[in-house]
This record gives sequence, structure tokens and C-alpha cells, in this order.
Amino acid sequence: MSISLKNISKSFNSSLALKEFSFNFTKGKTTVLIGPSGCGKSTLLRLIVGLMKQDSGTITIDNELLSNSNLSSIRERIGYVIQDGGLFPHLTARENLSLMPIYTGWNNDKISNRINELTRLTNFPDDGLEHYPAELSGGQKQRVSLMRALMLNPEFLLFDEPLGALDPLIRFDLQNELKEIFKSLNKTVILVTHDLNEAVFFGDEILLMKDGSLIQHGTITDFLNNPVEPFVTKFIKSQRSTIEIN
Amino acid sequence: MKLIKQNTLWFSTLLLIVFINLSSIAFSQSDKTIKIGSKKFTENVILSEIVTQLARSNNVNSIHIRELGGTRILWNALLKGEIDIYPDYTGTIIEEILADENVTYKNLKDKLSKHGIGIVYPLGFNNTYAIGMKTEEAEKSGIEEISDLRKHPNLKFGFTNEFMDRKDGWRGLQKFYNLPHSNVTGMDHDIAYRGLASSSIDVIDLYSTDAEINYYNLKVLKDDLQYFTDYQAVLLYRKDLEKTFPKVIDAIKKLKNSIPESLMIKMNSEVKINGKSEEEVAAQFIKNKFSIESNYVESTFLRRLWHNTKEHLYLVLISLSAAILVSIPLGISSYKNKKLGRFIIGITGIIQTVPSLALLVFMIPLLGIGSSPAIVALFLYSLLPIVRNTFTGLEDIPTSIKESAIVLGLSPFVILKKIELPLASRSILAGIKTSAVINVGTATLGALIGAGGYGQPILTGIRLDSVPLILEGAVPAALLALIVQWMFDLSEKVIVPKGLRI
Repeated sequence: MSISLKNISKSFNSSLALKEFSFNFTKGKTTVLIGPSGCGKSTLLRLIVGLMKQDSGTITIDNELLSNSNLSSIRERIGYVIQDGGLFPHLTARENLSLMPIYTGWNNDKISNRINELTRLTNFPDDGLEHYPAELSGGQKQRVSLMRALMLNPEFLLFDEPLGALDPLIRFDLQNELKEIFKSLNKTVILVTHDLNEAVFFGDEILLMKDGSLIQHGTITDFLNNPVEPFVTKFIKSQRSTIEIN
Repeated sequence: MKLIKQNTLWFSTLLLIVFINLSSIAFSQSDKTIKIGSKKFTENVILSEIVTQLARSNNVNSIHIRELGGTRILWNALLKGEIDIYPDYTGTIIEEILADENVTYKNLKDKLSKHGIGIVYPLGFNNTYAIGMKTEEAEKSGIEEISDLRKHPNLKFGFTNEFMDRKDGWRGLQKFYNLPHSNVTGMDHDIAYRGLASSSIDVIDLYSTDAEINYYNLKVLKDDLQYFTDYQAVLLYRKDLEKTFPKVIDAIKKLKNSIPESLMIKMNSEVKINGKSEEEVAAQFIKNKFSIESNYVESTFLRRLWHNTKEHLYLVLISLSAAILVSIPLGISSYKNKKLGRFIIGITGIIQTVPSLALLVFMIPLLGIGSSPAIVALFLYSLLPIVRNTFTGLEDIPTSIKESAIVLGLSPFVILKKIELPLASRSILAGIKTSAVINVGTATLGALIGAGGYGQPILTGIRLDSVPLILEGAVPAALLALIVQWMFDLSEKVIVPKGLRI
């Protein structure tokens, strides 16, 4: 039991984004949230990192109830990567990476050692570190964003459509690399995507959501063989596989 | 980069030099200096200059605060001690300043003395109000006296703003003579003469000693019902001068009955028609009357330019720096607390809608005359662009960047300092630039309330109908605005982070 959501409800302007959502995310595993737009999958991540607050229900992280008082200490244990990277455009890649460690009180040696470790892990070119985000390619930006999330070696990694804005070739390479990284680091990962292939590729467990509720969770085999309702089959069929097109 | 740093250094040194110079003029006006004010027309400026030079020839420091404005401003400045002496006219004192106190020529001295004011009475000439028009027009229409105007209700009247408002001015005159005219416009006295010359107005008010009466060949209409009273020229001074500067009081008392009407008209026309400076004409008068060589400093173009530049920069730098220091925190508060923000931006927006001239004049009852009211008005005027640009600069930062900073775990203060303010810097700088340019332009109005600056030659230029003098203020003001703009463009390279300029 690591991240545990209990009866979470959240509404925006009277429309419900999450309805009585409950789930325990397993430690050391990669869980993928999937579902059509507006199903509440991104909202779930934003609640866990405290960017918004649920209307009712509780979020527990390692037996610690998430509240305003422990929010900042919990944030240091979470790495969060979003679709456009969220890099600070006025800082170089290195400065983007160093900001939080400096704030936490790391010395320069510790920071540059950690950056070296991460550039090797993510295959990021060393000379790219002195560049500004505007000078980096889309793939490189996401690598910096990933490194920034990993700097303080967090226990949890949350990804909100991290590869959504990349072109297919770069996306393919990064998918492979990310999977390697997840495997080697043995972190608890929650990844949001709308792409079933990506979900199958990454997910130890897949959560299919619709209209703020969890419809089914399990592996792709469970979804294919024992769909709990017709929507599951419909959603899987709507995502054509490459083989089918051929 | 190195070049830019050198430039900044150069600029800061220059600014420092200017500041030191400015503070020296600001502090030089100590208690040992006597301050003479003048109204916004030539005769008054000449009389004040005579007093200023007389004081100086008695080894007393004296400064002439020129062209301060109308009667009310001068009188209030005299009461508050912002000036010590200024010339006025008996009719104005009796009918306007002390209109509610039943003043007559007999008790004039006593009534003034109750306000702590002494009088040198009379100087020797009567500068009464009169009504005039072009001689040829008057002859064509057969107009000889003011009563004749009743038969010509379509004539266009252009009166000085003060004449329009005064009890002994147009309102009284219209009632007294039962004049039917409705086409009446208020304007500057010197502009009125030009309006008359170009026939865009037909009838104006005159001061009987105006040099233009002869110059434009004007017909002074006979005051057949004897509406206008006497306007004997006098000097009003603060009574405490009798103790602090007895020599000066003795000297100006010698001016009693020393200036006949013909001499005043001659001196007026020396300045207005022949283009001599008031200083020169005043010095000539003192030499002829008292056989004293008055050591006035003939102002050269460069000397005036330097002086006006110092005064103008003083107004702009202080008001703008204060506005920057106040507006950026206000903009940040507006961003952090949207409710408060609507209030702050609303208030600064309302200030911005007040016409700049009105804002300057509003400051007089609160802060008197001189540079302080002008600085406060300019400060208030500079707030909105900086507050609004700080607010929008922060507001326009993409949500994904703001949220990334929050989720990283940075504190709100660090986010503001390291992320938000640098990202908003371009917008904030643009706001400051807008404020600075508006400020440089608006500061020219400061001369109207005695703050000096580039507005001073513009004001004098309008009074003397001198385009070169107007340009002497207008061109440097425009250049300064350009320089300010250029300096901000340059500073953008230093202040705006490099990553945002790719």
C-alpha cells in the first residue's frame, strides 16, 4: 500500500469530474490511467500533487493523510512530469535541474554529481545542459523534465501524458528508454495516457476510467477476456492497432 | 555583455552627478533666501524681477519664482510663506481676494495686516481692466463705449480665464451693462491677443498697461457706466520680513510712486514687442531710478537649458522611482489577491482618468506650490501602467510553468523571486517605460504650479508669443522622452533573462 485514494469526489462548476473514486496504487509497480477525455484521469494526478483539493474523500501516502501541513514535504517525495514539460524558459537546463536541490540545501558537488548520473540515465547530451529550453528539441525538453522530476530521487513518479506532444519516432525511442528507467529504478509510477498501446506497453496494471469512475482495472488480457461492461470492449476496439490497419 | 555593463556604469555615474546637483538646488533655498513670486503675465514678471534684483543689490539672496499662475495661487503661497513678496493690484485685493471683508482703500492696510501681510502702495500706475477690440472693427460698427456692445450681440468674446471667473470680471460686467452676448470663451491672455489679430474673436479684456494695445492698434472701449474700479499696482509682502529682512522692506518702499503708467507701458513693450528679457528691463529701471548697477545674470540658452534640465529630471526621477517602488508590490498584491487587485487597478485607473492639469492643481491646496505637488501628481500618474503591467505579466505566465514550480516544492516566495518576476520582467519593464515617457511629457505642466522644468520656457514662450522659446522647452522634452525610451530598450538586455530573448 503506497498511494491510496478513498471515496474521492471532485466537481468543477457542478459537473462531476470524479465520483467516489477509490484505489490503492501498488508500490514499485507502474499503473496506467486510461480513458476518454474528461474521464478524470488528469484530475486524479493533480489531486495527489495538491494542485487542487478534493470535495470529499481521503488521499493517503505511505499511511500519511495528505493535508496542507504535510503537502510540501510530500511534494519532495513525488516527481511530476507534464505533457509540455513545464520547464522554466528563463533558466538553462542545468539551472532548471538545480533550482530545487539548491533550495533544499545541496552543495554544488552533490548537484553536479546527481546531474551527471541523470544525464547518463536519460541519454541527455552534456552540452545540452547549458542550453535554454527554447534551444532544445521536444524530446530533449522531456528528458530535462524527467531529470528534474528525478533530481531529489523521489519515491513516486507521476506522468501526465508525458509523450503526448512528441513526434512518433522520438516517442517510440523515449517509450523504450522510459520503460528501462522505470524497471531499473523500481519506483512507484502512475502514468496518464489516452493511448492504449502506450498503456499496454508500460502498465503492470491498467485502470480504465469513464465519467469520473473506475470501470475496470487489470491487464489487457483481463479487459479482452472479461470486460465488465460493453464500454470496455468498445474502448479497446476504438484504438486500432497497427496490425489491423495493415 | 561587457559593453552593456560599461554603459550601465556610465549611466549610473551620470545619474549620480545629476542627483548631487539637484540636491544642491533643493537645499540652497534656505531661510536666508527671499522668494519673490509673479503671476503669469509680463508686467507682473517685470515687477517681481525688479524686486528680486533690488533685494540682491542689498546683498540679500533672492530668487524669483516666475509665472506661478493666477491670483489665488500667489495669494495662498504668500500666506503659507512659500513666497515672501509678489505684486498685485488694489482692485484685485478689494474685489477678489478680500471680497468678503468689506475692504475700502481706507482700511486696506489694516485688513491685510490682519492676515500678516504688508503693502507697498501705490507703485504709481493704474492697470485697470478694460475692454478692447480692433480699431477698424470698432469704427466699422460704430462702437465707442462698452454700452455700444449691446447693439452687436453676435460679437465673439475671448476673455482670460481669471476674468471669466472673477466677481469684478465678466459675470459682473455682463449684469452691469446688461450685455446679451453668449459666445464667450475663456483663454490665455496672450493667446487672446493673437485670436484678436487673426479675427477669430472680436472683443477681449485688456490690462490698460498692456504693450499690445498700441502694437495691435486696439480701441479701448470707454467704461461709460464706470464699472471697473482702480487697479493700482502694489507690492504685497509678508510682515515677518520687517524683522528678518528690514533692508529689503526699506528698499521696496522706495518703489512707492516710482513707476508712472507711461513707464510701465514702455517696460512692457520692451519685453513683449522688442524681445528684451525681463531681467534686462528690470536692471535698466533700477539703474535709472536708483543709480545702482544691478548685477543680474543674463540667461543664455545653455544656462537655461541646463537649469531646466536639472529641474525636469528632478521631477521625473523622484516621481518615477517612487512609482516603481510602490507599483511593483501593488501589482504583485493584485496578482496574489484578485479581489484586492480589482480594487487597486480600479483606483489607479481612476487616477489616470483625471486630466493631468487638474491633478496638478488638486495638489496645490494639499502641498502648496513648487516641486512637491508636481512630484506627487506625477507619481500618482505613473502608477497605473506599472501596476497593470506587473499584474498582467505575472498573470500571463503559462499555468503549466506555475504548476510545475508549485509541484517541485518551491515556496511561494522563491517561486515569485526566481520564476514569476523574471518571467514577468519584460512586461514590467514595458510598463515602467510607458510611465517614464508619460511622466517626461506630463512634467512640462509642472511649470504651471512653480515646479520649473521644460514647461517653463514653453509657458514663457506662450506669454511672449515666441516660438523659439516654446521650442526651447518642447524639443528637449521630446528628446528626453526618446532618451528615456532608448535607455529602457538598452536595460531590457540586462534585465530580461537571456532565455526569454531567444
